[in-house]
Amino acid sequence: MLVIRCPWCGERAQIEFTYRGDATVERPDLEANSDEWYDYVYTRDNPRGEHTEWWHHTGGCRKWFKVRRNTWTHEIISSEPPGSPDSD
Amino acid sequence: MIKSVFKQYSGFSLLRNSLSGHRNWARVWRDPEPKRSYDVIIIGAGGHGLASAYYLAKLHGIKNVAVLEKGWLGGGNTGRNTTIVRSNYRQDGNAHFYEHSLKLWEGLSQDLNYNVMFSQRGVLNLAHSDSEMEKFSERGNAMRLNGIDAELLLPDQIRREVPHLDCSQNTRYPIYGGLLQPRGGTARHDAVAWGFARAADALGVDIIQNCEVTGIRVQGERVVGVDTTRGAIDAGKVGLAVAGNSSRLAAMAGLKLPIESHVLQAMVSEPLKPIIHTVLTSSASHVYINQTDKGEVLFGGDLDLYNSYAQRGNLPRVEYVIQSVLTLFPCLRRVRLMRTWGGVMDMSMDGSPIIGKLPIDGLYFNGGWCYGGFKATPGSGWCFAHTIANDKPHALNEPLSLERFKSGALLDENGAGAFPNAH
Repeated sequence: MLVIRCPWCGERAQIEFTYRGDATVERPDLEANSDEWYDYVYTRDNPRGEHTEWWHHTGGCRKWFKVRRNTWTHEIISSEPPGSPDSD
Repeated sequence: MIKSVFKQYSGFSLLRNSLSGHRNWARVWRDPEPKRSYDVIIIGAGGHGLASAYYLAKLHGIKNVAVLEKGWLGGGNTGRNTTIVRSNYRQDGNAHFYEHSLKLWEGLSQDLNYNVMFSQRGVLNLAHSDSEMEKFSERGNAMRLNGIDAELLLPDQIRREVPHLDCSQNTRYPIYGGLLQPRGGTARHDAVAWGFARAADALGVDIIQNCEVTGIRVQGERVVGVDTTRGAIDAGKVGLAVAGNSSRLAAMAGLKLPIESHVLQAMVSEPLKPIIHTVLTSSASHVYINQTDKGEVLFGGDLDLYNSYAQRGNLPRVEYVIQSVLTLFPCLRRVRLMRTWGGVMDMSMDGSPIIGKLPIDGLYFNGGWCYGGFKATPGSGWCFAHTIANDKPHALNEPLSLERFKSGALLDENGAGAFPNAH
């Protein structure tokens, strides 16, 4: 069982949360070419190691936040509200 | 296939070896040192990589081939799946490919002279609502139009077919019917890797275990070889068959893929007498169940749903999957769980696999298998070998190209969109 720290509610069990995915992808400008849109929609770094990702506290405060987690060891390194200066 | 008749497996060889207490069976494949150079290197000695090498040698006459494996043969997802074989797909691109694979399964034990214990016990998808029955009849018709067997079953037929299934109206997900593919079934997963390895080795393919690829060497626009923990090896062509770790290998060539790695768990109960004679699946809670030849009830469900390269998952998923099984089979309530394990899936962005060329000359890709790589093993190797040998895809894997994500010709069976964990 992962224990995930919601920035607003504190540490809670994994089953309260929903996973969304890579939080480092950035939506391109509307004018961007199709290759940039392809990268945004489809390609991912998919690292074995530290990964910054979106989680949703579905069974709690229902807010989105960013978690830094190791995809190989499942160690959770940090969790931050979206847009905070410490997050990627 | 194998030169000496004495090396062929047969009733006679079994009898002959039994006279000496089975102590004199020949080694099944060689353990060669890597050569300096090969025509083709396949990375990954799982079912797909070994099948690719076998068909390269057998059908395309390319025998100067090495299969490189970082661990041991068949130690990844080939040995971790729930052994289900089927071709009950709705989309044309998937349907033709998986049906070709199923046809290869039907002759595989003979072709390889190795018993892969392919058992066509049927794959039955359960429907739990009227609308699901509508979808099943539509998919069943689409399958039949593609020449694939499909039968729509009513609850009474299912009750007779699977007597231990809870078909009452009081269950959490009452059963409205089901879609049966009679030619679907199961196979012995390890035997598939061993059978392909033995047959490929007999044709001259070098299977090199404990040899991890650490780099892909590219000169200009063309691949020229790989770096490994056992030295550099030159190659005219390199094929990746490392589902689970595809992104890491592609990154060695500077490429980014439409894939995420996720952990998928499976588990088995203690052995029981035969009670479940088909493969059963239910989409109400997403679970798939069959009983192995040893009697264990073998089942799995959804991914853990977060990116993972760990070959182990977490208990909330195990609990959920067990609840799903017990909803269908309350009679299993007091059966003990014997083992759980996890494997790392390549989850593609549309839920369908990728077999094709990469944007570097001489570099080919086979991956993105999501939940369903095992059933594809022979078809995947067959198409991958064709693609590598001819430097262009076969008609069967043209729809499975990487370019489909750019062109928009996706193969999204679930209509779930670009969310890898939703497929």
